[in-house]
Amino acid sequence: MPDIIKNRRLLSGREYIGVDKIDGPLIFARKTHPVGYRELIECVDQHGHVRMGIVLESSTQVVVVQVFEGTSGLTLPGTRIRFAGEPLTLGVSREMLGRVFNGLGHPIDGGPRQRSDLELNVNGLAINPTARQYPRDFIQTGISVIDGMNTLIRGQKLPVFSGNGLPHNELAAQIARQAKIRGSDTEFAVVFAAMGVKHDVARFFIRSFEESGVLDNVALFLSLADDPSIERLITPRTALTLAEHLAFNEDMHVLVIMTDMTNYCESLREISTIRGEIPSRKGYPGYLYSDLAELYERSGMIKERKGSITSLPILTMPNDDISHPIPDLSGYITEGQIVFEREMDGRGIYPPVAGLPSLSRLMKDGIGEGMTREDHPHLASQLFAAYSYVKDVRNLASVIGEEELTPLDHDYLEFGKKFEQQFVSQGQEEERTIEQTLDLGWEVLRSLPVEELHRITEEEIEKYYGS
Amino acid sequence: MEKRIIGQVKRVNGPVIEVMGITDAEMFELVRVGEENLIGELIKLETDSAVVQVYEDTTGIAPYDPVYGEGMQLSVELGPGLVGTIYDGIQRPLEAIRDLSDIYIQRGITVPSLNREKKWHFVPAVKAGDQVSGGMVLGTVQETENVLHKILVPPRDNGMLESIVAEGDYTVEEVIAVLKTDDTHKKNLFLMHRWPIRMQRPTRQRLPLDIPLITGQRVIDTLFPVAKGGTVSIPGGFGTGKTMTQQAVAKWCDADMIVYIGCGERGNEITDVLTEFPQLIDPRSGRSLMERTILIANVSNMPVSAREASIYTGITLAEYFRDQGYHVAVMADSTSRWAEALRELSGRMEEMPAEEGFPAYLPTKIAEFYERAGRMETLNGESGSVTIIGAVSPPGGDFSEPVTQHTKRFIRCFWALDRHLANARHYPAISWLESYSEYLSDMSTWWEREISAQWLTDRTEIMELLHREVRLQQVVKLVGPDALPDTQRFILEVCNLFKNAFLQQNAYDKIDMYSTVQKQVRMLHVIVAYWQRGSEAIKNGATLVKLKKMKVYQDIIKMKFSIPNDNLDGFDKLEARLERAMDQLEALHA
Repeated sequence: MPDIIKNRRLLSGREYIGVDKIDGPLIFARKTHPVGYRELIECVDQHGHVRMGIVLESSTQVVVVQVFEGTSGLTLPGTRIRFAGEPLTLGVSREMLGRVFNGLGHPIDGGPRQRSDLELNVNGLAINPTARQYPRDFIQTGISVIDGMNTLIRGQKLPVFSGNGLPHNELAAQIARQAKIRGSDTEFAVVFAAMGVKHDVARFFIRSFEESGVLDNVALFLSLADDPSIERLITPRTALTLAEHLAFNEDMHVLVIMTDMTNYCESLREISTIRGEIPSRKGYPGYLYSDLAELYERSGMIKERKGSITSLPILTMPNDDISHPIPDLSGYITEGQIVFEREMDGRGIYPPVAGLPSLSRLMKDGIGEGMTREDHPHLASQLFAAYSYVKDVRNLASVIGEEELTPLDHDYLEFGKKFEQQFVSQGQEEERTIEQTLDLGWEVLRSLPVEELHRITEEEIEKYYGS
Repeated sequence: MEKRIIGQVKRVNGPVIEVMGITDAEMFELVRVGEENLIGELIKLETDSAVVQVYEDTTGIAPYDPVYGEGMQLSVELGPGLVGTIYDGIQRPLEAIRDLSDIYIQRGITVPSLNREKKWHFVPAVKAGDQVSGGMVLGTVQETENVLHKILVPPRDNGMLESIVAEGDYTVEEVIAVLKTDDTHKKNLFLMHRWPIRMQRPTRQRLPLDIPLITGQRVIDTLFPVAKGGTVSIPGGFGTGKTMTQQAVAKWCDADMIVYIGCGERGNEITDVLTEFPQLIDPRSGRSLMERTILIANVSNMPVSAREASIYTGITLAEYFRDQGYHVAVMADSTSRWAEALRELSGRMEEMPAEEGFPAYLPTKIAEFYERAGRMETLNGESGSVTIIGAVSPPGGDFSEPVTQHTKRFIRCFWALDRHLANARHYPAISWLESYSEYLSDMSTWWEREISAQWLTDRTEIMELLHREVRLQQVVKLVGPDALPDTQRFILEVCNLFKNAFLQQNAYDKIDMYSTVQKQVRMLHVIVAYWQRGSEAIKNGATLVKLKKMKVYQDIIKMKFSIPNDNLDGFDKLEARLERAMDQLEALHA
């Protein structure tokens, strides 16, 4: 056998005819040469069509391969497999902007295959924490509830926790259109990864990019609802590989939109179940956290590199349940979350961002004097505190009736109403500067008496509340 | 040196590798896999096969790849050069790795944990001919301005010193002393020695836990204090501020050394510590906080098996400094990720799962980890401590899950983070109802002796109010606050004041970010005084509205920001103002 080790590279071109077992998207092959873990394979069906896959498990007995394009139509004797001797790579270049690809990075817009500057392993590598630059540049999205209360920072990973039928796509598109760094004109790009979403959703994004004239700066990776579910597992990885190239080799600021992470996790569970792995919660594999981290942690900023990756994953919470493993584990990895609330959507408030569970962890270092405005930190904190009390008052009112409330509690109800209808609510085309947002925040705070503003300094009250 | 092949790869499944044809491997031996020399550890031995967990990405590893034995267990290097360094889960220095492999962590990189070139100024403390035993101090190295690194005889060695070098500059690999262990054996001693991470370092005995670890965080020091050498668990769902709380404690607690383990958490959090700590000044030594910190960073997308090891790496480094007579605080963020790493590895080894897929030995592992904390008499007769503060990330914020539950069995201080408080941006979001500290009674003597005789009574008074408030709130929820008499509404008011003025602490405010115990005691007393005088006044006919409109009320709320730690005279004035205001109020109703 030792000779085989030396010849592994030579053997990699060898083709094996026939496989031993096909189960869902997995094929099992025996009696191959030693094959590397996560090695790329090509699998040819009896009609000569080539599909790609990777090795999930390799042993002296059997090789387990996951085929991205699915296994439908494959036969045991007629399937031929070739091992590439190396992991799946993606050829990347700047010219991929403005193009549409499938989950594996092959163009599907009818254009030619892209020229590539570099071949990169799609699995990526962990960024050395000492090489990271702590993100602190404020991104103005023009949306008050984000800019004011859950500020997006360049290099942040901030997911949208939504539910079916809520306007998460509209919000993501609006952010992509309006996001800007004030006083900076560095190049930006959008990398869009669609996993298991419907055609019309993909079309909605394309149209939205087209209308705002940024389509040339967008690369789309589409693995839609009718594509094999297994392809979704590779889609975010190819997309992020391009994003890393654009950000850290080409100095661009990249916004990565990944939708819908729930579909990605479902595919992961599918594979895990077929392989007979021991499940943890709700049948999801124990490594769901590590696997999601491999995707989310690829965003950020790097010292001495000009570019950045800001990511905006969208996930629909099954049954609107935030404690479901997918949003729960995501929340532990990402730097905050924007949570949608069905009840607000029902009342016609767009964006229906729930005030309290939403959070931006990087906000503290990106706002305040010199970045947004000096009153921003205290104002945001006060709005949160007051709105949290509003929720208590509403609960109380639903028991004892509004008439029984104290005058102060009535003020709070008034504040809550204004906060939701004036501050949070805005149009899909409406873009507010940070100053407008903050002024609006003060405007709604004026519903409350000044003694209630515990989190604001006297100078700020004088300067902003009094006027 | 000829590499020693101990077997060949039989099967690869993620980080777990089965090895066949095992010859002479030992359990927990450090191994290298494949031509890329990936680092691994042997974790199961059978007649002719073994299981290895690999600490790096195993992409490309194939059956029949060779597995080499290193002839020693997974160990850490202990010696000068640890302080201020950032390591990965198996003690590889990340800064040195960055010099070799740019922004990403490439595989198969071997960098010594301690710098081999740097010379340290060694001052011997013993002389040739002395009898020495394990744990004794051979000499010292001034590692940073405020860390005097004591060079110890490795714990298991003893004998007569045949020779020791003179004061001078040495690298960690130069022989500094020769130990004659018996008539025929000699052993060279260096500035550094190795210790296997899974083995507790020996000490003489455990000491009682009766000295508090002062954290500067009011809700902790006053309500739920932890002892030096104690064990704490901080459970909380995402966004409730586990990391924030741990970082605040790491910054301001009065330990001599901090070991901060970022275990399966975010990369940017480590970067945050790396950028912030060097700029922060330790109020006790006047030096940068980084000069007393060691970071272990195994972030969430770094290999999962190294995440499992990172906890042990961290605790071993902590024990080493404890053995030098220091008080060390270990922050483990988060132990849930470590438990999940155990689960993942266990699953890949196809072991029978217990609760929620976790292996049945999870409680044993948790117990082993927390039992490495304690205040000890070292082998050298000094006293040192290791305090463990472990974050737990319960799925869905549900404290009934296995990791939280098992952890609760082995810790004595519980700082439960509450989602409702976090949502209202009440930080630190430590719930005063669910949290507890079993160290309170052991330490109250210390408080009364060192700080204030009043402390325990004030604390009991306020805790009682907080518990009465809960019951009153239930009534309020049904009938509204107006239905309560003023005496009871005043309780709600005082609790509200206590939460705003005392419990909430702004980690970004220059004054409020930490409070000395003296300040905490004074603040607590002012609030208790307001409660006592105020309830008197209400009994005598004053109204709640009047009490609330007193200007001094606003002063009490702002006292945390307005009275600095180093000048507490403000409290004398505040107390006098409070007395005057209350006197006036009473005069009105007399």
